[in-house]
Amino acid sequence: MRLVVDLGAGLGMESSSAELALSPLDGLHRALGARMVPFAGYVMPLSYPSGILAEHRACRTHAALFDVSHMGQAELLGVGGDAALEHLVPGDLLGLKRGRQRYTLLTGHAGGILDDLMVARLAPERLFLVVNAANKVADFARITAHLSHGPHLVPRPDRALLAFQGPRAAGLLGEISQGFTALPFMGVAEGEIAGINCLVSRSGYTGEDGFEISVAGAEAEALARRLLALPGVVPAGLGARDVLRLEAGLCLHGQDIDATTTPVEADLAWTIAKRRRATADFPGARPILEALGAGPARLRIGLRLEGRAPARAGAPIIAAGEDIGHLTSGGFSPSLNAPIGMGYVVTPAPEPGARLAVRVRGQDLPAHRVTLPFIPHRYAN
Amino acid sequence: MPETRFTKDHEWVRRDGAIFTVGITNHAQAALGDLVFIELPEPGRSVEAGEACAVVESVKAASDVFAPMSGTIAAVNGAIIEDPALVNRAAESEGWFFQLTPASPEAFEDLLDATAYRVLLETP
Repeated sequence: MRLVVDLGAGLGMESSSAELALSPLDGLHRALGARMVPFAGYVMPLSYPSGILAEHRACRTHAALFDVSHMGQAELLGVGGDAALEHLVPGDLLGLKRGRQRYTLLTGHAGGILDDLMVARLAPERLFLVVNAANKVADFARITAHLSHGPHLVPRPDRALLAFQGPRAAGLLGEISQGFTALPFMGVAEGEIAGINCLVSRSGYTGEDGFEISVAGAEAEALARRLLALPGVVPAGLGARDVLRLEAGLCLHGQDIDATTTPVEADLAWTIAKRRRATADFPGARPILEALGAGPARLRIGLRLEGRAPARAGAPIIAAGEDIGHLTSGGFSPSLNAPIGMGYVVTPAPEPGARLAVRVRGQDLPAHRVTLPFIPHRYAN
Repeated sequence: MPETRFTKDHEWVRRDGAIFTVGITNHAQAALGDLVFIELPEPGRSVEAGEACAVVESVKAASDVFAPMSGTIAAVNGAIIEDPALVNRAAESEGWFFQLTPASPEAFEDLLDATAYRVLLETP
C-alpha cells in the first residue's frame, strides 16, 4: 500500500524538518504518543493512540482538547485600530462590542478571500486577532502596511492556543475557573483557569459548544495537563479537527476558500455587514457587491454520498452526466456514518435534495445535495 | 507449514500449500488509522505484480493495495467490506484481503522475509 494522508491545506507543506516550528506543547504530544505530522510549517499532532474516531466521538459527546498553537495571534493596539482594519475586511468592526468576537475575512482587490480570521475587542483600543497558520506572515504584513499613525499590530508568537470543545466542555471548565461558563457564543474574557492567566473566547471549529484559550507558551503545558486531568477529557489531533469542521460545514482556508473564491461564492455573504455594503469601502467591494446582486457564478454546497466510499478533495461533481464542479473537502462522517463533502458547482446550483454524483476512481458514486452544516451546530446561546 | 512473506509496500503474503493469502501489515493499518471503507478486486481478475488492486480508506487517509505477485484473484474476504475495522483489529489474520493463484509460485521466494521486513520498518 502507498499511504496518502488527506488533511487538506497545510499538511506536508514543502519544508525540511529543520525549518519546522514546534508548538509549546510538543513535549506533551510526544509523551501522549501522538503521531506528529508537518502542518503549515509546524510539527503538530495528527492523532493520538486512541485514534481519530475516538477523538471525534469524545468531542461530539463529551469534551476534547486540541492544540492549535500554530495559529497566528496578534494584538491591534491604539486609537483607530478598528477603523484601520475595516479597510481590509467586509465586517463591522466599529460595531464590535467590548468582550465580543467576530468572524471576518481579509479580502483582495479581485474579491478573493486572502484569509479568514477572528477579531475580538478586549478593550476600547485593544483588538485581538487569530489568523490561519499558513497565512500569518502575509496577513500581519498586510495589516501592518495599512496602519499609518497611531494603531500598531503586535504579533504574539509567545502565546499558545488551545481549543477545549464538546458538550461537556463548559461544565468541566467551570470546575477549575470562574466566569467563563457565563460567556455567550463569541464572547471573550480574560481571567484565570486553575490559577493561570488566560484569554478565553466561547468559540471553536467543531460545531460544538466550547472555548478557545490563549495562554502564555510557558504556561501552556501546565494548563493542558490540568484540562486533560478533568474527567473524560481526551487529547484530539488535527485529523479529528478536520473531520469535525467538515461535519460542521466550516471552511478551511487554502482548501475550501482562497484568493480565487469570493465570499459570495463561498456562501459567506453573511459576513459582509450591512453598513459595509452601503459604504462599499473594503478590498474587492465592487466585484463582491455585484455578485451579491446578480448572484455568483458558482456556489459552495454540501453533498452526501450514498454507499460508504469516501470522496476526497478534487473529485468531480456530476449532474445529469455533466461535470458541474469539484469537491474542495471530502471525507467520511463518523456522525452520519456516511461519506460527505463540500465543493463548488456552477450556478444555478442544484436544489437541496437534488440527485448528483461524485466521480471517484472513474466511477460515478450517487450523491445528493444537502444543506450545510451536515451536523447542526450546538453553540452556547 | 504456512510461511509469511512481506512486500516493501506493507503487504503480507501467507503461503499455505497452494493457497496464497494477502493482507496489509499491522504497521500499515496503524499508519492508516481507523478504516471506514475497503474495495476489493473481483474474483477471477488477473493482476500483475505491483498492480493496484484494492483500496483502503481511513477517516483521513486513502491508500491503494498492490498485488504482491502476478496471478489470478481466487477469493476475497467479504467480512472486511462489512466491517473495515476488522483490519485494524486483526490485520495479519482475520483481516486478510484476498487469495491469489500465482502465475509463478516461485515469485514468493523473492518477497521479504520477516527479518528483512522488520529491518525495512526500522530504517528511517
